[in-house]
Amino acid sequence: MTNHWIDYKNSDVFLAFGCNPAENHPISMKWVERARAEKGAKLIVVDPRFTRSAATADLYAPLRPGTNIAFLGGLINYVLSNKLYHEEYVLNYTNATYLINPEFSFNDGLFSGAHDAEDRAVNYDKDSWSYQVDAEGKVIKDPTATDQHSVLQLMKKHYERYDFKTVSRITGCPVDKLQAVAELFASTGQPGKAGNIMYAMGVTQFTHGSQNVRAIACLQLLLGNMGIPGGGVNAQRGQANVQGSTDMAMLYHLIPGYLNMPKAALHEDLAAYLEKETPAGGYWTNKPKFLISMLKAWYGDYATQDNDFCYDYVPKLDTKDRSHIGMYKYMGEGEIKGMICWADNPAVTGPSASTKRNYSQNLDWLVSIDIFENETAAFWKEPGVDPTEIDTEVFLLPSSVSFEREGTIANSGRWIQWRYQAQEPLGDAHTDIWIVDQLFKAVKKEYEKNAGPFAEPILKMKWDYGAEADANAVAMEINGYDLKTGLLLEDFTKLADDGSTACGCWIYSGYYNNATHPACKSRIKEDSGIGTNAKWSFAWPLNRRIIYNRCSADPQGNAWNPDTPLMWWDGLTWQRNDVPDFNANVPPETTAQAPYIMLPELQARLFASGLADGPFPEHYEPAESPIRNILSTTVQFNPVTKIWYEDHLAAAGDKNFPYVISTYRVSEHWQSGIMTRNTPWLNELMPALFIEISPTLAEKLGIKNGDQVEISSYRKQHITALACITPRMKPLLVDGELREMVGMPFHWGFMGLNKGAVVNDIVPSIGDANTNIPEYKAFLCNIRKVG
Amino acid sequence: MLNSLLIDTSKCIGCRACQVACKQWNRLPAEETSFTGFYENPVRFTANSWTRVSFREHEDESTGDVSWYFAKIGCMHCTDAACEKVCPAGAISHTETGAVVTDPKKCIGCNYCVASCTFKVMSFNQKENISQKCTLCSDRQAIGLIPACAKACPTGAIQFGTRAEMVDLAHRRVNDLVVQGSSKAQIYGLEELNGTGVMYVLKDDPEEYGLPANPKIPISAYIWNAIFRPLRIFVVALVGLLLWENKRETEKVLPTENEAK
Repeated sequence: MTNHWIDYKNSDVFLAFGCNPAENHPISMKWVERARAEKGAKLIVVDPRFTRSAATADLYAPLRPGTNIAFLGGLINYVLSNKLYHEEYVLNYTNATYLINPEFSFNDGLFSGAHDAEDRAVNYDKDSWSYQVDAEGKVIKDPTATDQHSVLQLMKKHYERYDFKTVSRITGCPVDKLQAVAELFASTGQPGKAGNIMYAMGVTQFTHGSQNVRAIACLQLLLGNMGIPGGGVNAQRGQANVQGSTDMAMLYHLIPGYLNMPKAALHEDLAAYLEKETPAGGYWTNKPKFLISMLKAWYGDYATQDNDFCYDYVPKLDTKDRSHIGMYKYMGEGEIKGMICWADNPAVTGPSASTKRNYSQNLDWLVSIDIFENETAAFWKEPGVDPTEIDTEVFLLPSSVSFEREGTIANSGRWIQWRYQAQEPLGDAHTDIWIVDQLFKAVKKEYEKNAGPFAEPILKMKWDYGAEADANAVAMEINGYDLKTGLLLEDFTKLADDGSTACGCWIYSGYYNNATHPACKSRIKEDSGIGTNAKWSFAWPLNRRIIYNRCSADPQGNAWNPDTPLMWWDGLTWQRNDVPDFNANVPPETTAQAPYIMLPELQARLFASGLADGPFPEHYEPAESPIRNILSTTVQFNPVTKIWYEDHLAAAGDKNFPYVISTYRVSEHWQSGIMTRNTPWLNELMPALFIEISPTLAEKLGIKNGDQVEISSYRKQHITALACITPRMKPLLVDGELREMVGMPFHWGFMGLNKGAVVNDIVPSIGDANTNIPEYKAFLCNIRKVG
Repeated sequence: MLNSLLIDTSKCIGCRACQVACKQWNRLPAEETSFTGFYENPVRFTANSWTRVSFREHEDESTGDVSWYFAKIGCMHCTDAACEKVCPAGAISHTETGAVVTDPKKCIGCNYCVASCTFKVMSFNQKENISQKCTLCSDRQAIGLIPACAKACPTGAIQFGTRAEMVDLAHRRVNDLVVQGSSKAQIYGLEELNGTGVMYVLKDDPEEYGLPANPKIPISAYIWNAIFRPLRIFVVALVGLLLWENKRETEKVLPTENEAK
């Protein structure tokens, strides 16, 4: 999140888009309800289904799964064509005024620079997605943003096609609902008003998921909702510490602190990495300090200037795609021989999950670390599988639940909070830190005994957290320390690139700033004010609660909303309710056009060349869709999406798979269900897998409430579930025809106390063009009554 | 001093944390339920399920707009409590703070309270041969804790405090809701049955949440209380009459969503 949970109380209008806060993030509703009760805030929910969130909303609008950009594009067009954007914000704080290369164009679904590619429809040569520069290399701007090549004018042109009629044809959302949502949310474009867009996997899990997020960011920038209290682009993270796990690089393409994972072909040595990864401007110019301090934390005294600080020891990505879908593809091809699956259950949660269970047979060994035996560990026990034909050796290590261990969790608002152990793990179970500590020490011993190839990265790894690893010792290393004095670092501004500081994750620096009362253990609550709560735990970066906060004040330094002031210039100094995200030692004029310090431009990008699939978000259909793409004659779905498998997708409008299906979670169960399906009280509430069907479709197919229904995919997968027939599901008028959609929660599997089909068996293995996150939220199916 | 629970349905998100917290605190085992086509589960009160969240779908036939109402339901802790009136063993009483509680030691398992309950909440535990229901966490109140359901509620839809505070809060909340456009917003439980220990802020008419518009104590309970209760010898003779009469009365209220269809 750019903002944080408690800051929700400052919002005037909430747009819950691609998320279901009442069911999946109930605590968010505490602050939504507070804003509604105390200041009359309004909640808009846009969702294919009428959810528990929709039930609490002031305004609900439906849309067909996978048409988010069409919907958001409609809002962007409404804001631009009616000049409802926050003009002063847009002209000063974004790149709206920048002139773009005259070669840049967009035509019939493709941006300029498209060329054929091997594993996808096109790749882009991005030369034309560039700023015009003068002889000195400075970007040419038009301060009025009226030049036809200015970002603002190009954006207007791009979205003029997204009129409400067209958007309604695509999304199925009636025009009057679009109008109502647009009017209400665009009201936050007035200076002093705050609009909050909350989102979750209903935005990200698409072949165009990254562009969905971009579209949200563009809308928020146009309305001046970034960097202000009550505003923001607020990703509500899926589980308690998913923010912490991404911060710590639980993603294949990152190392801690959101630095890119080194690639063998591109970053052969430290100099190459730093040269290619360090931008010319913005705060990321400090990247060498972050990386070198991280290497010092990992390799200690062994890491010296002469040996590139042991950069060679860091694993490098090869040329293959190592995302989730890729990992399983190569496992299927026999390339991967062993797997440690830690608190993960891909046999239930991955796309085309049944193939994952099949591919596990190719492994020599599989280690599963979880609180219960999950479906991934028990793939050989699945009904219909013959264990005598499987050679994989499976190890099951019982681990602990959150109450049985200490350490930090980072919530969606980036608050890193220390938690204490309430009780010891039961039986043979151990904490995760105990398991990883023992595992590393055993591996190291093995290498010491029988020095294998490339033993140094193991033997020289700095690993000094005690006989039984102490979470506090790990936290201190992550926070960082000065190698000369041995003292913990105050924050990351003290990091150096000469090997004199060590720091495991630069963005966390400051959270464990002293050994006795570290910031992450502080618990001082704020009684009044705007909810910053600066002394309650620590928020990365630098304990900053709302990022980009220079934007909370106008260029002259006056808070846009004096009732919720975050940063304001009193004529002599900057007054503050948060840690400044800009140079607050200089008068406001100096930073009036430089509020986004992480970007080389120092201004936010309405036009962004960084993504693989275009500088402006464009609507494409999901990979499986009931209709042809109305906005292009040639491009059906994201053309930059990698095609992993031949003959894998139903064609647009396939009559054999006429229904759109979306998958989701319910309040009562969690993720693959391995914890909740083993909790009888929760099974009582949600005792079986179900499929939500509209009354019209149920009538057509002769299905009654509670009937057994079979759901099938183009990939010849079949699952069954019980029917939940409800007017909360409605067919939508899409391109002149009523189209039905169905929905299923994905929490079930064949293990535990509450068994059911694995819904992700029918999800296609295709993902976003930038991140490869699978398209769980929109694909096609057929359904029929069983028996 | 009387304490009350205020359930603000306009803030309820149907998460059912209250249902689980109730079971956890009171050590009530899970029921073996089945999926019947609706989210609501268990579908009725039992000796092991003292509070439930009702889920009610409505569809406006002219506009096609859907609404979905959630309400935590359970013992209302009525001032005029039918269960207390009919109990021949004197096992049901009001605590000092207004909660209606049963004394398992005195309960003789006659089931009159089950049959007479205006809200169809009182349940019979066959194994123990006693009646059971929500105690408004009297044990927690006794040590200065608020009821488990209120503690667990993430949105503040369940508030607990003195009756005066809760009445005041309810009035303010209803006023706000009316200003914000909910013209039917109202308090429930203020005067019903001479005031109930559990009150509601509703955004719509009580029936839309499955609550009876004019809850009444069955006439038979009054008769029993006034005439026959002193003559406990007639207990057995009247069982049949009471059960029949009250079955008829109580079936009119609180049908499950399933039954409402």
